[in-house]
Amino acid sequence: MRPAVRRVTVWALPVAFVGFFFVYPLVTILGRGLWPDGGLDLSPLGDVLAADDVRGVLWFTIWQAALSTVLTLIAALPAAYVVTRYRFRGRMVVRALMTVPFVLPTVVVASAFRALGFEHSIGAILIAHVFFNYAVVVRTVGGLWAHLDTRQVDAARMLGASRLRAFTAVTLWALRPAILAAASIVFLFSFTSFGVILILGGPRRATLETEIFLRYNQLDLRTAAALAVLQLLAVIVLLVVSGRLQGRRATALGLTPASESARPIRSRSDRTVVAGVLASAAALLGTPLAVLVSRSFDTATGFGFGSYDALTELRRGSVLFVPPIDAIANSLLYALVATVIALVVGGAAAFAVARSRRGGLLDTVLALPLGVSAVTLGLGFVIAFDPPIDLRTSWVLTPIAHSLVAIPFVVFIAAPVIRSIDPRLREAATMLGASPRVVWREVDLPVAARGLMVGAGFAFAISLGEFGATAFIARPDRPTLPVVVFRLLGQPGVENFGAAMAASTILMVLTLGAVLAIERLRAGELGTF
Amino acid sequence: MLEIRGLTVRFGTTAAIDSLDLTVSDHEIVCVLGPSGSGKTTLLRAIAGLESIATGAVLRDGVDLTGVAPNRRDLGFMFQDHALFPHRDVRGNVAFGLRMRRLSGAEIDARTREVLALVGLEGFEHRSVRDLSGGEQQRVALARALAPEPSLLMLDEPLGALDRALREELTGELRELFERLGLAVLLVTHDHDEAFAIGDRVAIVHEGRIDQIGTPVEVWREPASAFVARFLGWNVMRAGDGSRSAIRPDALHVATDGAIAGVVVARTFHRDHFRIRVELANGTDTLEVSIRDAPPPTPGDVVRLGVDPADVVPLRR
Repeated sequence: MRPAVRRVTVWALPVAFVGFFFVYPLVTILGRGLWPDGGLDLSPLGDVLAADDVRGVLWFTIWQAALSTVLTLIAALPAAYVVTRYRFRGRMVVRALMTVPFVLPTVVVASAFRALGFEHSIGAILIAHVFFNYAVVVRTVGGLWAHLDTRQVDAARMLGASRLRAFTAVTLWALRPAILAAASIVFLFSFTSFGVILILGGPRRATLETEIFLRYNQLDLRTAAALAVLQLLAVIVLLVVSGRLQGRRATALGLTPASESARPIRSRSDRTVVAGVLASAAALLGTPLAVLVSRSFDTATGFGFGSYDALTELRRGSVLFVPPIDAIANSLLYALVATVIALVVGGAAAFAVARSRRGGLLDTVLALPLGVSAVTLGLGFVIAFDPPIDLRTSWVLTPIAHSLVAIPFVVFIAAPVIRSIDPRLREAATMLGASPRVVWREVDLPVAARGLMVGAGFAFAISLGEFGATAFIARPDRPTLPVVVFRLLGQPGVENFGAAMAASTILMVLTLGAVLAIERLRAGELGTF
Repeated sequence: MLEIRGLTVRFGTTAAIDSLDLTVSDHEIVCVLGPSGSGKTTLLRAIAGLESIATGAVLRDGVDLTGVAPNRRDLGFMFQDHALFPHRDVRGNVAFGLRMRRLSGAEIDARTREVLALVGLEGFEHRSVRDLSGGEQQRVALARALAPEPSLLMLDEPLGALDRALREELTGELRELFERLGLAVLLVTHDHDEAFAIGDRVAIVHEGRIDQIGTPVEVWREPASAFVARFLGWNVMRAGDGSRSAIRPDALHVATDGAIAGVVVARTFHRDHFRIRVELANGTDTLEVSIRDAPPPTPGDVVRLGVDPADVVPLRR
């Protein structure tokens, strides 16, 4: 192939795929919401905003997200301090464990809090959001905190500032950008939270996301589409505002390598602080998961595998059409297919982005699926791929939706790796007789392989836990594990509850397996190129 | 034989290589010497086909290489900092060019072993290139470029990444290896000791052109331009009629009856001698003078400098 032809091919695949499976459904929703009868008509949007219940939903969405953000910051900032400023044995393990809740599927998080005995309540939602987003704050703020020069605080103390004054005037000031970034992410996640609200909020506490789902289930597509447009606008506003806030913060900070700024635990007060923070983190993050696992073994007839055995049978009167065990096979198959799609499409996009001078544009386009909520995507799928373009009956639609959520991750992980390949390596291969195609095969691909594998791991984990889009498009006879968990939790009865616990535990173990595989690949990546 | 005729390479409006002519005969080692930014690397890349040329031609044995893809030119290229493939071991690096030429497995094995022995790396086949020292990496890069037996071997600052002691040791080794293999070599460097020690001929480039080309002895004995003279560490002085001459390094000395008068503007100490900078009465030239035994003058002193006429070479440019 001629270079120009090859370049077009590399661009064409991701553009066509994202265009058909992402932009087209989105445009369909916009059409339903804004052009219901062929002309621009804002009345559905107006009707929705005028309705008291929808205004209530919008207000609840905003304040629960704001409160979740504040609570998460309060809970996680001390942990960010301890794991970055103190050196102690097992620090890396502690940091890794703190990240576990974030990678868990939202239905597992919700299940875990149901396991703890939380029923439908606002408290349950808030604490689940704190649990889920804890790692965002620890990682984002801790990442900057580790690099702050402690001598700046020393300098403030020498200039007469009290310990507290030095902390607020120097440390908090320097951390502001990271705190702001973390808060933006947590707010966005809480704003678009779906599984947690649906399972822990109950029917009376709806956010925009869950309301879209409810309206869809009531076959009120017009309102659902209008709500999705509203949701889309809200997310865009959020992204723009947080981008503005963070763009303005760029100040030069005296940063130092992380290793220099962590200090060993010396005094008794050090020990009290570290022990206290770690104990509360363990209580908050560890208890729900431990209880989830233990309750999966806690059956009416004592401790045992009863709930797991129950997964293999289709009980009379069940909400499911197939034995729950089938969902494991479905989930694994979908995850595999979604991973392959994400790898092929995302890999092509990564190469296109890395090689293009206008890569930034494609970067932004590919980031869109991250901003658009999965629920919106799911609704777009069921509206757009109804007849005449009838894909609804095909199971492939589910892994395709999953892959759309995963593609940005593959691109963001692989493109920098490809971009970092020294161009002279390609030239060296050329001078040794390699044609452009062979250079790609012999240099680009092997070097990018690890980045692509990490991306694949993410895609697998994302697909396993995806619930927002799946709730709309999974066919009743081919449910995924998250769908089964959701259905079982919605049913009364000890057996259903036990089965939900067992299914959640299985989902958790599968997800953690995928994440562990990613971490191992990443660890090997630290060699110097 | 490689022939370069009127080669011009432009980056935007500036010419990095400006209608340059150069010939490398079979078995000949030509060193291209010049300061950084003089266009040396661009010259190699243009010959390799990695840089597109504006005008001129590159011919190998009379055949124009313009339009021949870089991977089909059969030229060896050793990059500065080596550009070894990090994802392949030593053998994978050295064998790469042989695989591209579709040699059989047995041939590749034999040739790889042979070339590694040539550069003194027997038994290194399965070492990771990331674990090698700088000198070892340099040898692997050399072996990789040599393995396919290219018609011309080009080296871009082959010893540039190494420390001084190792560089001096390898300079001799390189020359010996090239001679033994009877290779045609085009080597680029900014270090004149290296260029003079390795090259059959040395070409000094300045602003994209060759200022002077000749055997090391010719160039050293008679620099052709003020640029070459200064680059080689000579003093350059203007006479009353505007003509310039070059004075061999260390040929100037302080003498009360010296013909040249000037003011000392700076003095530095260098291990076994002082070096003073003298601004001449004409106000445009400054000379560097080494002083070994006599008590050195201090800045502000007026001094007279003497020189043996045999150490003065008139400059044409």
